[in-house]
Amino acid sequence: MDHSDPKEVQAFIRKSVIVFALLLVLTVITVAVSRVDLGGTMNIVVALIIACIKASLVGAYFMHLISEKQLIYSVLYLCAAFIVVMFGLILFHNANGIIL
Amino acid sequence: MEIPYTVEANPDTGLNNPKLGVWLFLASEIMLFGALFSTYLLLRVNDPAWPKGEDYLSWPIAAFNTVVLITSSVTVILAWGNLQLKKPDKARIFLWITVALAFVFLFAKFYEYNLKFSHGYYPSTNNFLAIYFTLTGLHGLHVIGGIVVMGYFVGPGFKMATERPQQFTNRIEVVGLYWHFVDLVWIFLFPILYLL
Repeated sequence: MDHSDPKEVQAFIRKSVIVFALLLVLTVITVAVSRVDLGGTMNIVVALIIACIKASLVGAYFMHLISEKQLIYSVLYLCAAFIVVMFGLILFHNANGIIL
Repeated sequence: MEIPYTVEANPDTGLNNPKLGVWLFLASEIMLFGALFSTYLLLRVNDPAWPKGEDYLSWPIAAFNTVVLITSSVTVILAWGNLQLKKPDKARIFLWITVALAFVFLFAKFYEYNLKFSHGYYPSTNNFLAIYFTLTGLHGLHVIGGIVVMGYFVGPGFKMATERPQQFTNRIEVVGLYWHFVDLVWIFLFPILYLL
């Protein structure tokens, strides 16, 4: 995005307002789904999927990650790897009945 | 001494230094919260009697705070956008609204904590409340940090908006990145603590 072009900036603001509306709708859906009994695990999965969609919208549009420099993506890949290892270790050990 | 690459991009990275600096800081924050979220997961999967959030917490207050934080994310974008469009006065209003919304979030959190304490719920009560107070307390500290930084920019630091407008705009962009991250963390805290 060209930050010096007023038209681009206005388009970005418009897009952000649309994302804002989407986030509000998704918040309502998060609460509504939690009120319905889908079976314990399914409720967790659906809530986390919605949270991931909301986080992606914030990251992609509000934080400009949809068009960012490679260096920032590289830093974020490192973070993602860290998170995967942390969560993976716990879930793997738990699935195999190993007490950490 | 002039700090290099505060406005123009560093040719080595393709980014101005404040932006790269904030992203590196946010990377450390992702790992900090990632470690705490995995702690939550560890406690939860190993406890067959893990309570539902609403057994202890009030989801309407948290839902209200979700809306407050999402709104404040948009107002900081509107502040940045108006600075880009050379409308600093309008940008300042949006910055004030962002700071006000951050205070609203904190007041709601303060009210919620008070409610817990009045019911005798403390971090030492059980693992659920321990991780709840740890995660929301750390998140609350980040909200306070955001208020301090944005409070400076909207107050004494605002003179830079006329003296060095592009540098000030970049500052608002990077504080905005931090603020969106605070919003993003809450997006996960809300369902895992209050709804599940």
